[in-house]
Amino acid sequence: MTGRAPRKRYWNEPRMGWRERVYIIEVLRGLRITGSVFARNMWKWVTFRKGALTTYYPEEQRSDYSPNNRGRHVLTQRANGEVQCVSCNLCATACPAYCIEILSHANFDDPAHPKAPERFEIDYSRCIFCGFCVEACPEDAIRMVKDAPDLPGFDRTAMWGKMDLLMQWHPITNPRKPYPPPPPRAESQ
Amino acid sequence: MIPDLVVHGAFMLFAITFMMLLATVFTWVERKQSAIMSDRIGANRCYIRIPFTNIKFVAWGLFHGIADGGKLLLKENFTPATYDRLCYNLAPWLAAVPVLLIFAVVPFGGTLAPGRLVDADTFPSIAAGLHAFFGDRTYTMQVAGLDAGLLFVLAISGIGVLGTMLAGWSSNNKFSLMGASRAASQMISYEVAMGLALISMVVTYGTLDLDAMVKWQSGLLLGAVPAWGIFVQPLAFVFFLTASIAENKRIPFDLPEAESELVAGYFTEYTSMKMGLFMLSEFIEIVVISALVVTLFLGGYNLPYMTDGGFAFPGGATWSLSHITVVVLQVVTFAVKTFIVGCFQVQVRWTLPRFRYDQLMAFGWKILLPLAAVNLVVTVLLRWAML
Repeated sequence: MTGRAPRKRYWNEPRMGWRERVYIIEVLRGLRITGSVFARNMWKWVTFRKGALTTYYPEEQRSDYSPNNRGRHVLTQRANGEVQCVSCNLCATACPAYCIEILSHANFDDPAHPKAPERFEIDYSRCIFCGFCVEACPEDAIRMVKDAPDLPGFDRTAMWGKMDLLMQWHPITNPRKPYPPPPPRAESQ
Repeated sequence: MIPDLVVHGAFMLFAITFMMLLATVFTWVERKQSAIMSDRIGANRCYIRIPFTNIKFVAWGLFHGIADGGKLLLKENFTPATYDRLCYNLAPWLAAVPVLLIFAVVPFGGTLAPGRLVDADTFPSIAAGLHAFFGDRTYTMQVAGLDAGLLFVLAISGIGVLGTMLAGWSSNNKFSLMGASRAASQMISYEVAMGLALISMVVTYGTLDLDAMVKWQSGLLLGAVPAWGIFVQPLAFVFFLTASIAENKRIPFDLPEAESELVAGYFTEYTSMKMGLFMLSEFIEIVVISALVVTLFLGGYNLPYMTDGGFAFPGGATWSLSHITVVVLQVVTFAVKTFIVGCFQVQVRWTLPRFRYDQLMAFGWKILLPLAAVNLVVTVLLRWAML
């Protein structure tokens, strides 16, 4: 006898009866489980139904994204439809992926908001969807919505989210935060 | 001479095509079956597009195998700083060729008489031409009609371990060496149990010739049940299937290439088509194992109650078929049976978790081998009592 300590017994050690020890019975049980799942799903496929829980992604998107899902960015708009962003570049500074590019232009007709982005572009091939830009924004000008951008493609230069994508958020029709109706526009001279 | 050459050339072509095609199909089956049984969709992105149109054939992802093959062929052929260039380059072939060779003795159809293939009444000129060329020769539909077929199977499948060992040894990599030593001990251990299971089949059938075994199985058991090996020797069936899955180094016996422990095991250092040969040989081995199981235990190329002449049901009713119908039916039956057994192997692979190494060895030597030996002894005694 070598002085070898007995193996430590744990309180939750699995106890195997003879069924488990024979092994072949448990193998057959496992095969029955996987086989029945296979048969069920296969029956759905051959009767032209969907037998999977996953989605066929770009062609088919899940409808049950959480409302908190950080899917893609939107630029909020003022009641008159102008972009709320003042192009302060705080979001681009906070961005850990350096994927926000802003080109601003001056608009002296609106003395309250003299600076606004002419182009606001996000490189979705680099964006990590962390939401830091949303937290950095002092104007609540950038938010994230639940639906994902149409990302998959073969060309990374086509993966930029541009103004037309970011300005798709229409606050007037958004029931969660209704804006007051826009004031009647002043007559243009 | 020339007719023999033509027929055997056709058999070889068929055998290689059959194995390669079915192995490629099994890469697809493995993906799709595992996906469907775990509520996924599976690989479905590859398509063939008709040129100049936008019509794409996805075919449920069948083309992924072709894409994989093309990718493997075009990859960089990296070679590690090994001291044994010859063994390194030899190993994939030693792993893949024996697997292909085993199929040579497996009969994929009954007796073929090419002179009688075409009905003389409907196509008299073709039938006369065929008969003038082939005469009354008959051929067993297998590449090599060896009398010692089963010994050939055992001998050649023993070579496979050499490729694995050489791959691991000459890769100059600890993971590979570890995988190779595991593979060697595992394959040699399970070969013993497989051999014992096969010997009990030899004792039952009283022959080593695989075609004669199939002929034996087209008889009847107790006057009603087809005398398939699985009904005569159910335990040997289980032992043989288990041992051959272990020979193939697939889950639950995939210790030699355990991804979570050994990267890829003995073929870690292989790239491009050399690695592809190892992968392909695994899938060809599924086909070969299925073919062997079908031949030894599931009535081979014959449907129940079927012989080379047609059907002969136990009630005494017979249904004779023309020669070409029988030949086509037998080949198709063999292919379908092989496919189903292969699907069962895939099911096993995606159901069971991997053994621990001591469990593997204990299972092989302490459970499988004694049980196979007991099975053999009982078989021998019963056979002796019946003689």
